[in-house]
Amino acid sequence: MKLRAPLSRSRESGNPASLRQESPGPRSRGDDDRRPLLSVRDLRTSFFQDEGTTLAVDGVSFDVLPGRALGIVGESGCGKSVTAHSILRIVQPPGRIVAGEIVLTRADGSQVDLVKLKPNGRLVRAIRGGDIGLVFQEPMTSFSPVHTVGAQIVEAVLLHNAVSRKEARHRGIEALRSVGIPNPERRIDEYSFELSGGLRQRAMIAVALSCAPRLLIADEPTTALDVTTQAQILELLRTLQRERGMAIMLITHNLGVVAEMADDVVVMYLGKVVEQGSVDDIFHDPKHPYTKALLRSIPSIESKPRVKLPTIAGSIPHPFNRPTGCPFHPRCESFQPGRCDTAEPALTPVGEGRKASCFLYP
Amino acid sequence: MTPVAAVPNAGQVLLDVRGLKKYFPIRRGLLQQTVGQVKAVDDVTFFVNRGETLSLVGESGCGKTTTARCVLRAITPTAGEVLLRDNDELVDVATVPKERLRALRRQMQMIFQDPFSSLNPRMTLLDIVGEPLLVHGEGNAQERTDRVVELLRLVGLRPEYMRRYPHAFSGGQRQRIGIARALALSPRLIVADEPVSALDVSVQAQIMNLLIDLQERLGITILFIAHDLSVVKHVSERVAVMYVGRIVESAPTEALFATPKHPYTEALLSAVPKPDPRYRSERIVLQGEVADPANTPPGCHFHPRCRYATSVCREKTPAQQEIAPNHFVRCHRATELSLRGVPTSLS
Repeated sequence: MKLRAPLSRSRESGNPASLRQESPGPRSRGDDDRRPLLSVRDLRTSFFQDEGTTLAVDGVSFDVLPGRALGIVGESGCGKSVTAHSILRIVQPPGRIVAGEIVLTRADGSQVDLVKLKPNGRLVRAIRGGDIGLVFQEPMTSFSPVHTVGAQIVEAVLLHNAVSRKEARHRGIEALRSVGIPNPERRIDEYSFELSGGLRQRAMIAVALSCAPRLLIADEPTTALDVTTQAQILELLRTLQRERGMAIMLITHNLGVVAEMADDVVVMYLGKVVEQGSVDDIFHDPKHPYTKALLRSIPSIESKPRVKLPTIAGSIPHPFNRPTGCPFHPRCESFQPGRCDTAEPALTPVGEGRKASCFLYP
Repeated sequence: MTPVAAVPNAGQVLLDVRGLKKYFPIRRGLLQQTVGQVKAVDDVTFFVNRGETLSLVGESGCGKTTTARCVLRAITPTAGEVLLRDNDELVDVATVPKERLRALRRQMQMIFQDPFSSLNPRMTLLDIVGEPLLVHGEGNAQERTDRVVELLRLVGLRPEYMRRYPHAFSGGQRQRIGIARALALSPRLIVADEPVSALDVSVQAQIMNLLIDLQERLGITILFIAHDLSVVKHVSERVAVMYVGRIVESAPTEALFATPKHPYTEALLSAVPKPDPRYRSERIVLQGEVADPANTPPGCHFHPRCRYATSVCREKTPAQQEIAPNHFVRCHRATELSLRGVPTSLS
């Protein structure tokens, strides 16, 4: 696939208003290279419903390093999407960020705590789509059916850059070309329903990349796609990441996709980080019983046919019915009565650059 | 392969589908004139032996669900035969008169993909699982309740729950309810359309194991429809790969995965992301898009995306040939190509 990156230089021409407001940031350090692009600390997001309060994200901390791909894995209800929505400040009411900080290091080195910003303020809107690009799971519902794909890209470009409409359209065509859409001059005037699933997801990525973000948040980007299309999209994301030095935060339930794409992995269960580490550590030497059980229970294309899989007992508890202590204890093989069901294990280091939250690792 | 000796007449063909076609007309304009046809299923031939699981695998729009619906005669096929063994007689489900069809339907049941929309939220488990019995006039109320209790136990649900409504159950439990309903009439054939793809990873394995288990205990035959090749590898004895309305390759599971003979199967296998970061393979990424079934390319449907295509592939439709025992393939170059498969790991 031939790819060009004409957009990566356009950052300087960003909306001046969006660059003006700067807070010195709580953690200004000198070492620039390993400084996280995005640092999430003790994030808590709750949903206040009539039936009760759900702690969708319950004290989550992790870093996204520049140019690296972080995979966030977990099953439904683990809070991975709400974490992404919190970062982008698009948590829908009755949900609200209750505590924590999300520190973004911007292109000019300034740091912003996204939690402190007004969710619809000018700075957040400049960051959302500008510094942080977004790709959603459902390419069908993410596009407006009554506007052309081009109109939606041009809108994104105009919103974040002081350029003419003609220039914006030109950038839109280049963005479509850079994600491998054939005939972008023609495709830009089509509607999203005229594109196939794979092309639609490529167009979605083009919109996300049109403002040259430094971080791309991809929430289940290939879940709605077929395997061969999924392979195309993953390859595209990898190429774009390499060429642009962009960081990716990949949210998925598919462990195969994580193994394929991520450098670092965060495993979540019921709103908590249960384990984090490098992709090789997580897949080849998992520490947390949940990670271990999850890896054993996935069907592999290399397994013998008609062999029963080890399973995880029970199912994911309902959010209103959270277990006490460690959230995984009712399904855990290494459950220690009197300990796991009474106290919550903290995320502790279990080796070089890795952590797990389990009483097996004091 | 699992022994199927416990099943009477094991190995006997239960379902034999020959030259199945289903075309949907494309109508346009005020007079709704037919301007074209979507060839959703275009000459599909396969068989399923008693007591085995055959998986139909392919990408969206390849016609696997349409094939399943034709087998159950939820829709009437355009052409072809769907022969189902009813006692010692082969009956063509595609053309059988309506009165006979009702009795035949007891033999064939379906498990659906979405455990949320396939259960009526206003019916209790007792009503849902007991409904097939009621429809087919089985027993009185007490006998039906007893049967429901037995079925719920069979699928690993507690019978005490039978007065509850589906909303009280998780996705995996709901899928068990759907399986219990499909088993109510002791069918010979179960068509399972993507039964695990809507479930969480940790629950998926439970349902796959349940299906394997039930099959061994009850000797049912399963036509399993899926897009996930790793799931297919776990549950099936034989696999048929579909592409744009045709079966391009079918073989016993091990053979199909280890030594694929069709370039599409090769690409499909290579596209599956492996849950091992040390295995970031040089995968075959197919270019272009799946062909439009309303406007299929001439010759082999796969030739525009095939890296081995020659001029004959563009002109002539390949016929199905048996390249090894039970290994069928529709490719002009099947004998000369050596394609990359996925080895079965020993660990």
